[in-house]
Amino acid sequence: MYSRIYKAIVSAPPLLWVGFFLLLPYALMFAHSFWAVRDGVLVHEWNLQNYHTLLSNPVYVGVLFRTMRIAASVMLFSLLLGYPLAYYLSFHAGPRKELLYQLVIVPLWVSYLVRGYAWKTILGSDGVLNGFLQYFHITHEPVGYLLYSPFAVVLMLTHIYTPFVFLPIYAALEHIPRPLVEASQDLGANPRSTFLLVILPLSMPGLVAGATFAFVLSLGDFLAPLLVGGPSGTMIANIVQSLFGAAYDWPLGASISVCILIITVTLLFMTERLEKRWSFK
Amino acid sequence: MSAGAFSLRQASTGAGSPLLEVRGVAKRFGAREVLKSISLDIAAGEFLTLLGESGSGKTTLLRLIAGFEQPTAGEIRMAGERLDTLPPYKRRVNTVFQHYALFPHLNVRDNVAYGLRVKNTPKAEIGGRVDEALSMVKMTEYTGARPSKLSGGQQQRIALARALINRPQLLLLDEPLSALDANLRKQMQGELKALQREVGITFLFVTHDQEEAMALSDRIALLRDGALEQVASPRDIYAHPATAYTAQFIGQTNLLRGEVRGGVAICGALRWPASGSDGAAVFSLRPEAIPLAADGAAPPDAVRLCGVIQQQIYGGSSELLEVDCGNNQILRVRIPACGPLSGQHEFVFSAADAIRVRE
Repeated sequence: MYSRIYKAIVSAPPLLWVGFFLLLPYALMFAHSFWAVRDGVLVHEWNLQNYHTLLSNPVYVGVLFRTMRIAASVMLFSLLLGYPLAYYLSFHAGPRKELLYQLVIVPLWVSYLVRGYAWKTILGSDGVLNGFLQYFHITHEPVGYLLYSPFAVVLMLTHIYTPFVFLPIYAALEHIPRPLVEASQDLGANPRSTFLLVILPLSMPGLVAGATFAFVLSLGDFLAPLLVGGPSGTMIANIVQSLFGAAYDWPLGASISVCILIITVTLLFMTERLEKRWSFK
Repeated sequence: MSAGAFSLRQASTGAGSPLLEVRGVAKRFGAREVLKSISLDIAAGEFLTLLGESGSGKTTLLRLIAGFEQPTAGEIRMAGERLDTLPPYKRRVNTVFQHYALFPHLNVRDNVAYGLRVKNTPKAEIGGRVDEALSMVKMTEYTGARPSKLSGGQQQRIALARALINRPQLLLLDEPLSALDANLRKQMQGELKALQREVGITFLFVTHDQEEAMALSDRIALLRDGALEQVASPRDIYAHPATAYTAQFIGQTNLLRGEVRGGVAICGALRWPASGSDGAAVFSLRPEAIPLAADGAAPPDAVRLCGVIQQQIYGGSSELLEVDCGNNQILRVRIPACGPLSGQHEFVFSAADAIRVRE
């Protein structure tokens, strides 16, 4: 059909892109994780010391677990917010559907940083929320743990990633043929059974995709902990950033990155299997 | 279709009173009036067909009975009890959907068992009844298959089994055969009719295909623009159409427009004795009621007419002729296959076959 030259020209740019900007950096990162730094100089000596440090130092392991806990919380809370929202829009919003959909999407246009600073002003000691609590005499002094805590990180990330969870679920719900819902009612299923036996199983691919988005994106986030996390809200990406920056220990940073990459890839692999299992086309 | 269907047989409700009563039901979607005050009774065990063009409101009426839509006015009763105020899952009505609406994530067995499962039927009973329902539609070998692996006809059978297993008082069928190819369709028509006789459940069948309606129904309710045009048995509606629309929609016909004056109908060149009031009149004359004059003895009230054959369409066992009777009056005539014809011929029809219809 097409000549070999044509095929080569067409496929070259994406291949080069993937090669230079994806495979090469990954290879470099992988190699770095087996090298070392001596007297402030990177030496190309192959060893497993970085991985040993990583696994034996409780700080790194602790932060890694905290990161996964935060990511899991964000996933859970964005599902709890995103699923009902998507369900309502898809099945019960009627003519308000379009407007509400836009309202869910609009925050995505606002810069991530702006939203981070907004949370700072809301959660801070003299912030909006504390002012409100004191004005109504619910508390008598500012509540300190609102800002610079894992709570603040989870809150901000949930706020940011809920639309990402909402979108695939909404798409999955919209693709459920309505006669299936009617058939379920027709066969005697009340709304609760219809939801559990028909709507939920058929929206599983969207739910899994949304959950994966929230978890993976939160796992690698470093701006939210930087802005609202404080020392107790530090996440693994902040450690990586400081190792590559101030600490100048690229090999250790690279080994942490490899760990995160392995977690992420394993997760993506598993969710793809799950999505396949739940798709019935 | 098989043994074991006996337990599906409906306990006969009190004879005489209709199973379903539709009373002055109207439905409006915004400014659009889809149904205009429909009243209709369906007897227990009856096979009634809602026939109409697309947009005539037949599916809307079905959805009102199933409970997917609420009537704007009027009420629906089943076995004497108010039906239209119940949610769909509390009605003893089941539906076979146009595109079957089988659950894609469940296999055949779970699809068929769905209705029993959501009503918390004991597991032991579900198994037996699923087997029974599947054998009734001859689908016992496919219990583990996903619907997407089945052909259209097979999905159709599963949809039927899934509905009938609930032993509904009334089964609604929304153009269930429209997605099948012609041969399979004919076969399924036969099976559907046999199945209905066997289980004795009342069928309310929606179709736009008048031949299908004629072949299956005990009675046909013809809908036009959201109103009932005529409700009658297939033979009745064909032999005695009440309106010009009915006459044209059910089978083929010649509509003769003219007038009645002093007991004589005058339509173009044709004249015949007719009773009824004087004035403008429309008559329906079926093509097969106009044989060639040469064939057999003419009836006593025979009306003779001469015409030039303009076109002849061969249809296997019969021929359809277009005959010009003069003054551009064209009659369609169906006669037994007889070989090519041309030129002028004499035809004859009985005045009793010219049915006066409303416009």
